[in-house]
Amino acid sequence: MGLQLLLEHINKPEIETIDGYIKHGGYRTLDKVLGKMSPDEVTEEVKTAGLRGRGGAGFPTGLKWTFLDKSTDKPRYLLCNADESEPGTFKDRLIMQKIPHLLIEGMILSSYALGCRTSYIYIRGEYMFILRILEKAIKEAYAKGFLGENIKGSGYSLDLYVHPGAGAYICGEETALIESLEGKRGNPRIKPPFPAVSGLWGCPTIVNNVESICTVVPIVNMSGAEYAKIGIGRSTGTKLISASGNINKPGVYEIELGLPVEEFIYSDEYCGGIKGGLELKACVPGGSSVPILPKHLLLKESNGNPRLMTYESLSEGGFETGSMLGSGGFIVYDEKQCIVKNTWTFARFYHHESCGQCSPCREGTIWLDKVLYNIEHGLGKESDIDLLWDIQHGIEGNTICPLGDAAAWPVAAAIRHFRHEFEYHVRYPHRVKDEDHVYQPEMNYRTA
Amino acid sequence: MDVHFSQEALKEINRIIAQYPKERKNSALLPVLHVVQKETEGWLSPETMDKVASILEIKPIEVYEVVTFYTMYFTKPVGKYVIEVCQTGPCMICGSDHIIKYLEDKLGIKVGETTPDNIFTLRAVECLGACGYAPMLQIGEQYYEHLTEEKLDQIIHELGSKHSDKY
Repeated sequence: MGLQLLLEHINKPEIETIDGYIKHGGYRTLDKVLGKMSPDEVTEEVKTAGLRGRGGAGFPTGLKWTFLDKSTDKPRYLLCNADESEPGTFKDRLIMQKIPHLLIEGMILSSYALGCRTSYIYIRGEYMFILRILEKAIKEAYAKGFLGENIKGSGYSLDLYVHPGAGAYICGEETALIESLEGKRGNPRIKPPFPAVSGLWGCPTIVNNVESICTVVPIVNMSGAEYAKIGIGRSTGTKLISASGNINKPGVYEIELGLPVEEFIYSDEYCGGIKGGLELKACVPGGSSVPILPKHLLLKESNGNPRLMTYESLSEGGFETGSMLGSGGFIVYDEKQCIVKNTWTFARFYHHESCGQCSPCREGTIWLDKVLYNIEHGLGKESDIDLLWDIQHGIEGNTICPLGDAAAWPVAAAIRHFRHEFEYHVRYPHRVKDEDHVYQPEMNYRTA
Repeated sequence: MDVHFSQEALKEINRIIAQYPKERKNSALLPVLHVVQKETEGWLSPETMDKVASILEIKPIEVYEVVTFYTMYFTKPVGKYVIEVCQTGPCMICGSDHIIKYLEDKLGIKVGETTPDNIFTLRAVECLGACGYAPMLQIGEQYYEHLTEEKLDQIIHELGSKHSDKY
């Protein structure tokens, strides 16, 4: 196992309790920071560390913090995005479930850096059982004086609450999350103004992913400069990867950014290879929104170098031959899986989750779902493949939030790299019409 | 029809409301609806929603529009246990189709339906964030992961036999 900054103590007994957490070095950053470092110094450490948003977009966290409007008297808010809904992603859940105090410690440090008096953790409604764990941990932190008035005599005060959503993927988009926290439908807002200027209740607001906030703890512990030495280039530090699909060892792994993709899939330390001795066919490396890659493009960059688990390497070649690190939702497909069917389930997902504000997304996601359903169920026409391409092209870039792009990219990539499977479906409909729509391995091969 | 909530629920609602600034009481809507739905047999009638509106001092329409946006609120009666099977990509490639079919056959209902004895409702839902432990389903606040036919039999028996010999 490589360097573990977040998950080092995850399996220690009673790590979910505050005493267990403190025993393993938890909350020691409070003494280092509160009253000793200025909020700007903390922000500077995060900037120096080169931490990039772990929710999917990869935007530098420290830089985002500097956008917070400090010119007004209005309260400022830090919102932790624990909406984790991107298919293939289940890493934040592990932290919150097993080591909730790491998130609370990160929230205290980050809220201090941003000058927030009140902060919220917005958690997806389906994770209600984790909300209970977090609320219990927050209660413990209040009892120890780590939350509330005048934390550890530093003069800094913070209240922390957990707010549940109710089953809407779109609430992971930061302005939709704010709307939802305000008790409304999760309709994303038009930007600008950005939340850093006008967010929750019109006040300056920063929204950060669970993992990003947790990572502030090791950054403060080891210093931003030391953290920046881990990883490669602009991909610094460690990243949690949620590995799922047809692999021997699905689960959450903390990797040092820069690990070769091939090693991640085949090493026994990580995914442990493809289940049942089958061949690797394809992979969605960063959550359902990012382009799917066939094996040969997944393992090697276009210049022949091994592809690495970094923001840069995974996106090398653009969408023609590359993909994205995204949220780290790493979904692996074996040779027996049907790309058409998988693409249809993703399209159905985005259709279900579109908020309905922008016509290209509202109408386009329904259309993608219907056409892909037809192709998958042996009802498609040859011209449907080009139609799909046109629809996704009409959605991409034409909506106020990235859900439209997220719905378009998986369809585009599937057609780009696996067009032959779509052609097979429309040319041999009787073969895909069998009772359970079970995928036949022969569909893997180009068929005239 | 008058709607009444238990003392316990009212206490919980007040605790939730206190988490937001006084003038932002309406922000408590989502968590309050979760509490209320549990009180009212798992679904929200127009009367219940009106009551929530009066507690939070907002217009009833503001509650209706939220309830109809989010998938976890039900506006029609549901069974005692709502079985929600994840069917998105990562679960699909690990066999969620079979899980759904098995439950349909076992319960004698289709996805979206409730058993005649009102004990189970079967739903197929989108990603629940358990992709590494697929296939999976959720009932209430409980996740059931690494599902097999045996496990499904066990879950249905465990919950159903409390209410009917049929299971």
